[in-house]
Amino acid sequence: MTHKANTTAARAWATESPLTAPSAEKLSPTDCLVTAKAELWQAGDGGQDMADGTRPVLEARGIVKVFGQHRALDGVDFAVHPGEVHALLGENGAGKSTLIKILTGAYQPDGGEIFLDGTPLRFTDPLDAQGSGIGTVYQEVNLLPNRSVAENLFLGRQPTRFGLVARKAIVTEATALMAAYGLDIDVRAELGSFSVAVQQIVAIARAVELSGKVLVLDEPTASLDRNEVAKLFEVVAKLKARGLGIIFITHFLDQVFAVADRVTILRNGQLIGTRDLSTLTATEVVRMMLGKDLAYGHSTLPVMEAATGPEKVTFTGLGRAGRVAPFTLSLHAGEVVGVAGLLGSGRTEMARLMFGVDTADTGEITVDGTRVSLRNPAQAVRAGFGFCPEDRKVDGIFGELSVRENIVIALQAKLGWFRALRRDEQDEIAGRYADELDIRAANHDMPVKLLSGGNQQKVILARWLANDPTFLILDEPTRGIDVGAHAEIVRTITRLREEGLALLVISSELDEVVAYSNRVVVMRDRQMVAELHGEDITPAVIVAAIADNRDALEAQT
Amino acid sequence: MRRHALKSALLRPQFAALAAVLFINWLLFPGFFSITWQDGRFFGSLIDVLNRGAPVAILAIGVTAVIATKGVDLSVGAVMAISGAVAAVMVSTGTPAAIAIPVALLAGLLCGFWNGLLVTYLDIQPIIATLVLMVAGRGLAQLITEGSIVTFSDPLLSYIGTGAFLGLPMPVVIAFVLMCLATVAVRRTALGLLIEAVGVNRSAARFAGISSRVLLLLVYSFAGFCAAVAGLIVAGDIRGADANNAGLWLELDAILAVVLGGTSLLGGRFSIPMSVMGALIIQAMNTGILISGFSPQFNLVVKSGVIILILVLQSPQAGQWISRRFPPLAPPPKRSAK
Repeated sequence: MTHKANTTAARAWATESPLTAPSAEKLSPTDCLVTAKAELWQAGDGGQDMADGTRPVLEARGIVKVFGQHRALDGVDFAVHPGEVHALLGENGAGKSTLIKILTGAYQPDGGEIFLDGTPLRFTDPLDAQGSGIGTVYQEVNLLPNRSVAENLFLGRQPTRFGLVARKAIVTEATALMAAYGLDIDVRAELGSFSVAVQQIVAIARAVELSGKVLVLDEPTASLDRNEVAKLFEVVAKLKARGLGIIFITHFLDQVFAVADRVTILRNGQLIGTRDLSTLTATEVVRMMLGKDLAYGHSTLPVMEAATGPEKVTFTGLGRAGRVAPFTLSLHAGEVVGVAGLLGSGRTEMARLMFGVDTADTGEITVDGTRVSLRNPAQAVRAGFGFCPEDRKVDGIFGELSVRENIVIALQAKLGWFRALRRDEQDEIAGRYADELDIRAANHDMPVKLLSGGNQQKVILARWLANDPTFLILDEPTRGIDVGAHAEIVRTITRLREEGLALLVISSELDEVVAYSNRVVVMRDRQMVAELHGEDITPAVIVAAIADNRDALEAQT
Repeated sequence: MRRHALKSALLRPQFAALAAVLFINWLLFPGFFSITWQDGRFFGSLIDVLNRGAPVAILAIGVTAVIATKGVDLSVGAVMAISGAVAAVMVSTGTPAAIAIPVALLAGLLCGFWNGLLVTYLDIQPIIATLVLMVAGRGLAQLITEGSIVTFSDPLLSYIGTGAFLGLPMPVVIAFVLMCLATVAVRRTALGLLIEAVGVNRSAARFAGISSRVLLLLVYSFAGFCAAVAGLIVAGDIRGADANNAGLWLELDAILAVVLGGTSLLGGRFSIPMSVMGALIIQAMNTGILISGFSPQFNLVVKSGVIILILVLQSPQAGQWISRRFPPLAPPPKRSAK
C-alpha cells in the first residue's frame, strides 16, 4: 500500500518539477499525499534561514559507542536541521563512520539518545531508519549495476498491475524523476553502463524517494571528476532548497566550503565543535581536525628539474591500440613526473601499460639502459617497479590478510616460494615501514580491511617501499583519504624523490601535482599531449593544456 | 609463542566437536576406546575411524589448498576412480606395481593439471571447470576398466589399502605423512601466504607481482595427486577397481571436511591439519552410528544435524552471542567447548 502511495507522490513531484519547491496552490488539492509533501517543502522553505529558529530534523545527544576497550564515540552531540547541508569532518578514526552508522541504524549506541523531529527513538536496523526518513548514499554505489536505472529506482516498491510489475509505468515515472534531477537518460539502460556520477545521482534519487527527511552522503564525490562534482552539487542545492537535512561527509575541504552551511568536527571520538562555515577559514577547520597547526595549501614553489640524476626508466613509443596512443617518456633518478588529465583521458591506462598489467603492442622499455620486456606485473616488480593502483579495494589490499602480510607480500612474491621470510623478519619489515609512514593500526596482525582508507593506502605504499623499488607509479595516491594521511603521503613523495627514486604520480589535485612534480605530462583523449617544465608548472597552464586551450598556453609561455 | 598457539588451537570448536562425537560414541558403545594388539597391528573402533577416514582426509588435504584460492574441486571423487582403474588394469595385465603406482599418481596429477588449465587459462569458474572432470572422469575410468570391476591380487598395491606400518593401518600412515608434508610445504615456504593472497584478492595479487597462474596450476595438480593417492588406497582395500563406485560423492565429504576445518569457501585463511580434523569428525560420526546398531539410514540425518551444529558454533553470530553472554575474564572458546 505504502509503495503505491510513494510512487503516486513521485509522479506528482516529477510533473510539478519538484526540485524547485513549488507552492501548495499549484498542486491538485485532492491528492492529500502530495499536499503533505508540499507542506514538507514549505517547512523547508521556512527553514532556509536555518539552524537557530527551527527544530532539528535529526538530532543525536551524548552518543557513546564502545568497541572492546576503545571508545569510538564519547558523548557526541550532533544535529541536522531541515534545509541545511551539514558537513561532518574528522581524520581517520575520528568516529565519523561510527556516528553515521548509529544515525542510520547500522549500529546501536551504547549511550545517548536520537531524536527524529523531536521524538526520541531507536533505529533497530538501516531499513528501519530508511522507513523513518533517513536515506544514505555511500561512496560505492549500493545499487544493482546489471539492472536498469528504472528498476533500481523502484526496486522493492514496484508499482504493480494485476500483481505484475507495471513496466511501462516504471519507465515513465523513472524518466520524469531523472529529468527532475537534471538527467536526460534512457532509464531502461543498465545502471552499470552509466558513469559513477550518474549512478550516484540515481542512488540519491532513490534514497530521497524512499526516505525524504534526511539524506546522508558518505564521500559521494570521491570517485567523481570536477564537472561531475559540480553536477552533484546542483542536485544537493536543489534538495536543500526542498527542505531536506543533508549530512555530507568528504575529505575535500574546498567542497565542504562550496556546499555546506555548517560543520561538525570530530577528533578521536570526541566532539570538537559545530560551527557555521561562514565564520571559519580552511586553516581553522584543519586545525580543529588535527588539533595542531598544519600549513594547508602546499608550497607552490616549483621543484627544480636540475636536481635530478641519471636516466632510470625510458618508455619509447609505448602504446596499445584502443587504450593509449604511443607515448615516449623517460624518468630520471630523483625525479617526480606528475600526470594530469581528466578521468578517462588515458592516465590510468598509461600506468597499466608501464607496469605490464596490460601488455603494450608497440614500443619498448629500458631500465638503466637495458631493454626489458614487461608482459605481466611480476616481471615489472622484478625490474624494480612498484604500482599503487587507483582502486585500493579492488586491486590493492588483501582485506582478510594482516597488515604485516599486506606489507611483505610483494617482497615475498619477488623472493619466490622457497625463500620465505621468517616471522621475525616480517615483523621487522612491517614495523619499520609502519613507523616510517605512520601507519596507525592497533597491531600489525589485524586484518587490513579494518583500517581506514588513508592507512590502507600507506600499507600499499609500504608494500612497495619494502621492495626497494627504483621506479614507483602512484595512481591517485591521495584520493578519498583524510587530511592527515594526505599530508603524510605528499611528504613521502617528496622524501622518496630526495632519496633518488623515479616517481610517476597521477593525480586530479592540481595544487598537489604542482607542489611535488619536476615535470608534468598532460593526457587528453588517450594521448600524451603536453610536457610541462619549470615555470610552466602552474595549475593555470595545466588546466589550459587539459582543455586544449592554445591561446592560454601561448599567453603563459 | 609456540605453546600459546598450540593451546589456542586445542580450544578450537573442531576439537570440542570431535571430543563430543567420540564421547557420544563411547556412551552408545562402551568398548569404543578399547584398542587391542593382534597379528602385529592395532585393532579397535578408534583405529577404524582413522583408517576409514583416511581417504576423505587425503582428499581434504588437496582440496583445502584449492578452496583457499577461492576455488573448489568437484572432480576428486572421479579422479580417485581413474587412478584406481589405471593401477588395477596395469597390475592385472602384468605390469609391476612399482610402475603402476607412479603411473596412477601421474594420471591424477594430470587430471588436476587439466582442471588448473581450465581455471587459469580459460578463466572458467572452478565449480564448472571441475564439474567437467567430475562427470567425464568417471566415464574415463569406465573406459579404462572396460565397464567391469577389475580385480587383482598384487601384494604391494593391496598393502597400500590394507597393510600396516608400526602397527597402524597403511592408509592412516599415508594420510598422516601427506598431511605433515603438505603442511610443511605451505607453511615453511611462502606458498601458504601466496595461496591465501590469491584467494583473498586475485586482482591485488596480480598487482603485487604474484604469478597466480602458476600457483593455481600447482594447487589443482596437487589436489589431483591427493585424489590419486586416495584412489589407490580404496582400490588396494577392495583389491579391485570399481569405476562406478570408487570415490562416489567423496568430493562432497572432502569439501565438508575443509569447511568443518574452518576454511571459508570464499578463500583466504586455511589450515590443512584442521581439514584433516574435519574429515575425522565426519568419519567418527559414520563409525559411531554404524557400531551403535542404528540402521545406516540414520547416518545421513544425524550427520547433517551434527554438521549444522558445528557450523552454527563456528559462525560469527554464535561467536558474538557467546562473547555477549559470557563477557570478560573467561576466554569464550572454553565455554563453547561445553
